[in-house]
Amino acid sequence: MTATPSVQGKLREGIKAGEIKVAGLSKDYGDARFRTQVVKDCTFTIERSKLTVMIGPSGCGKSTLIRLLAGFEKPDSGTITLNDAPVTGPARDRLVLFQESALFPWMTTWDNILYGPRARGEMGLETIEMAEFLLAKVGLAQFRKKYPSQLSGGMQRRAELARAMINNPSVMILDEPFRGLDAMTKELMWEYYSRLFEETRRTNFFVTTDIDEAIFLADRLLIMSNIPCQVRATLDIDIPRPRTLLAMVEDDRANEIKMSALSILHEEAMKSFSRGSKAAADFVDAYSRRVKG
Amino acid sequence: MSATITSTAQPRPRQRQSVFRNPIVRAVIALVTFVVLWEVGSRLKLPWVGDVPPPTVVLKALIPLLTDQGYWYSWYQSSRRVFTGFLAAMLIGIPFGLAMATSRIFRDVTFPVFEILRPIPPLAWVPAAIIFWPTQELSIGFVIFLGAIFTIMLNVIGGARSIDIRFFQAARSMGSSNWDIFRRIVLPGVLPSIIVGCEVGIGITWNVVVAAEMISGGGGAIQSSAGGGLGFFIWSSYIGGSYPLIVVGMISIGIAGYISSMIIRRLGLLATPWVRVR
Repeated sequence: MTATPSVQGKLREGIKAGEIKVAGLSKDYGDARFRTQVVKDCTFTIERSKLTVMIGPSGCGKSTLIRLLAGFEKPDSGTITLNDAPVTGPARDRLVLFQESALFPWMTTWDNILYGPRARGEMGLETIEMAEFLLAKVGLAQFRKKYPSQLSGGMQRRAELARAMINNPSVMILDEPFRGLDAMTKELMWEYYSRLFEETRRTNFFVTTDIDEAIFLADRLLIMSNIPCQVRATLDIDIPRPRTLLAMVEDDRANEIKMSALSILHEEAMKSFSRGSKAAADFVDAYSRRVKG
Repeated sequence: MSATITSTAQPRPRQRQSVFRNPIVRAVIALVTFVVLWEVGSRLKLPWVGDVPPPTVVLKALIPLLTDQGYWYSWYQSSRRVFTGFLAAMLIGIPFGLAMATSRIFRDVTFPVFEILRPIPPLAWVPAAIIFWPTQELSIGFVIFLGAIFTIMLNVIGGARSIDIRFFQAARSMGSSNWDIFRRIVLPGVLPSIIVGCEVGIGITWNVVVAAEMISGGGGAIQSSAGGGLGFFIWSSYIGGSYPLIVVGMISIGIAGYISSMIIRRLGLLATPWVRVR
């Protein structure tokens, strides 16, 4: 690493991992006549310093849940607390990495990373040092003057990770961040991202629809039911870290967890399928093939 | 030795190909073809083009004008009017558009008025412009201003609304104030649309310059036949029955519009380097 050890020490030392508790959360959409309860009486905990992965069929209300956690929207009922303090709106302690890139297209990698500190007027020497360190950490030191459109998909995701990390959030929320990447890049990003998590042990909440991604990354796996969005099952993934892709393929425990997770997901999808949801139909199709295969 | 011979022989056919790949060559071919067809069509008295003076006659009318102070003064007059009218449209249109895009209340109040005024052609404003404004120049400037402002505003509003909502959410989460979001997200986010609006808008100002300069009645410091600007130049040539001069005026406006749009485009690329690299 090019950065001084003191900076790296600072990165780890400065992290105040948080814990989010969600209790009885509900959120409706639509007008009085056509009301859909997207999230209903949803309760779970995002444990401190753990990587919690939430998996569920697409369109099950995960993105709604993320908007509520981030504070972009208000729940109809129920509470969200971060370290026992209620969440009232968007703040730097809960940063979201969105699906696909949300880097500002008009800013270079460097300016994107420094967006948060600049907004808060925290542009001291320490911040610049940290930005340099993170830039090297995500392997983009030579790309500091490039605009997002000049970066590859994987680079964009890494730049966005750096942009979030410089703000030192106590919880990082990732909404299908590796969706749209090619299979190869995606698997490299899994390894990269889990190393990063292991180094920092920040609380991470990761949402996905990909079972392999979920099991590779997770400490705890939350399996969601389709609309209304509720936690259907919680699995502890007790596979030691650091994990490697190759070891995971051969690991019996990993395959066991995958099977039980898939059977729950399948059952859940069948239920929604009978209710006639298009998303659920696709889901059943995709997952039943994998369960049998 | 033989190796050097083959290596020098190879690039030749490529070079011949690249002449036609050059966009300037393509443009010249297109222009020459257009002029030749026009000349032939005009000489053969083909329907429609038969009544248009052929390019050689137009050129004959143009050559003495090139040393005529009045003709160049017309260029200056029209350019000055277009520039000031357009500048006013930008100075008023961009902030207005931004206000309409960012404030719901402002938008609800102003949008109906905006939508009713927008379809009125600038030509229809000419009599009103003459009555409203104390001086001729102000009336002309006003008509040109009207030609550009609605396009600029519409592009600003559209551009601001198409900014990804996640940019605002991300900025808000990272601790941006409203002013910070406006300055660092909204402004750069709409800038490409502002440039498109200006590019289209300046084209329209040249479109309405004839209508606007009908107001002038040939006024201007130099009492030449062409003192009222390029738009008036066409109008007075028509009144005077000089068809070649009408075409000279038309082509002059065409060239002026092309140059103006090109300047805006170039400035736009400089202002939005992130768009260029895509």
